[in-house]
Amino acid sequence: MQDATLSLRGLTRRFGETLAVDDVSLEVPAGQMLGIIGRSGAGKSTLLRMVNRLLEPSAGTIRFGGTDVTALRGRALRDWRASCAMVFQQFNLIPRLDVLTNVLVGRLNRRGTLSSLLGLFSEEERAEALAILERFDLLETALMRAGQASGGQQQRVAICRALMQRPRLVLADEPIASLDPRNAQVVMDALRRINREDGLTVLCNLHHLDTARAYCDRIVAMREGRFVFDGPPAALTPERVREVYGVSEEEFHAAPQGSLAVA
Amino acid sequence: MTPATAEAAYRARRRVRLGASLGYGVVFLVLLAVSARVSEVSPEALLAGLPRAGEYFHKLLPTLRWEVLFAGSRVEGSLAYWMYRLDAWAWLLFETSQIAALATLMGAALAGLACFPAAANLAPNRAVYVLCRRGLELFRTVPDIVYALILVWVLGVGPLAGILAIALHSVGSLGKLFAEVVENADMRPWEGVRAAGGSWVQAVRYAILPQVAPNFLSYVLLRFEINVRGATVIGFVGAGGIGQELYTVIARNYHEEVGAIIVLIVLCVTAIDLASERLRGRVVGAG
Repeated sequence: MQDATLSLRGLTRRFGETLAVDDVSLEVPAGQMLGIIGRSGAGKSTLLRMVNRLLEPSAGTIRFGGTDVTALRGRALRDWRASCAMVFQQFNLIPRLDVLTNVLVGRLNRRGTLSSLLGLFSEEERAEALAILERFDLLETALMRAGQASGGQQQRVAICRALMQRPRLVLADEPIASLDPRNAQVVMDALRRINREDGLTVLCNLHHLDTARAYCDRIVAMREGRFVFDGPPAALTPERVREVYGVSEEEFHAAPQGSLAVA
Repeated sequence: MTPATAEAAYRARRRVRLGASLGYGVVFLVLLAVSARVSEVSPEALLAGLPRAGEYFHKLLPTLRWEVLFAGSRVEGSLAYWMYRLDAWAWLLFETSQIAALATLMGAALAGLACFPAAANLAPNRAVYVLCRRGLELFRTVPDIVYALILVWVLGVGPLAGILAIALHSVGSLGKLFAEVVENADMRPWEGVRAAGGSWVQAVRYAILPQVAPNFLSYVLLRFEINVRGATVIGFVGAGGIGQELYTVIARNYHEEVGAIIVLIVLCVTAIDLASERLRGRVVGAG
């Protein structure tokens, strides 16, 4: 088994004059469930997007095992994206296509252009997708249009799509920010399951400290593009929160909800 | 800021906007007057010509008589007498609609390929975007009748020249409309497919196409209608179909026949309109 540590070195991203992520370094060992917390605009989303290379870093490097991810281009870059699956706040499914096809999208990377244009997937691939759906209790929805499924179902379909990619790590960008508390729990349970049962590294942006404490092995806290805390959940005490954010935990959670989308 | 200063600022802004609107209004009226002058539009000429237009339309009307309306084609005043060449005209009309159908399909196919790189949100880079946009513009700005004149000279008289002429123009106009539909597409599915390692082509196929297909179809059907009229006019320059016949009867002052053909064209376009509306309703409804 090759080394599967994700390591970020001096990672920086500027948007014009603003430093969204400011010289961040981080080592994530294989199989860890890492929670990244912070208020809106702290740079959490920018950080995850850079790891998947949806956003180009302004400076710094991303390494995964022996690979320099920042140097990848073309085919190799697409392969990298397939191996670090993203789960988005808004699910980013294709609403007009059925749930099964949405899961199969996770396999497009290994499909040729022509067969994917024709919408052809093999019976084995469909069997694999259906098995994943069954595992997350979604088999009934397989032929439903994704847009007609509930929010909680859609996010679990997105997790199934991620698994279909056969990824090495999963990046979840505020996966429960658009869900009600019950569905939030179901989705967080699903993320922990793929971490525990499939041994996948999970990086999860969260803005609720209790969720991070309940589900993650390790928490890093971001503020203005930098890490201000890195440690086990037990170390993130209310006193420590006040120390790094300068506000109490209640005030921390009172972040304006409307601005979450741009976080 | 107090409510009073906010109110004052609001009034000041409204004054500025009102001034600007008045200024642009005056500029618009001046330009309108200039363009009317240049293109020699004058109310007097229009009024002087109006009775003659009425006179021409009056000539187009057939002389029909109630008592023999449904008599055979040899009885003067019957519908059959008016439409005495219905078989030939129907065939030519069919030919015209086939010219339009083929041209629309060809144009839509090419526009469907070109519209994705011509959409600002998907274009892989600025150069490709500009190239595709300007290319589509080039196809669009040349009227189909000009293409037809050139192609009749190249390919000879007949429907092929007409089909190609209309197809070329359709590529340009459909391509622009398609690209604008694509630019309004929701980009979250696109991001989802790209983040999963899908290629540009795969993301177009899976994330964009399902969203835009119903709109594409409705633009294609609208274009088909426009092309049926276009194909009629194009017949005037020898590119086949009912237009060629219409041109002949107009040139020879066979007024009742002009009227008959125009009625047939209107019926044909209406039928296409009704059919495409049902088809569109079905697709969008299912969408």
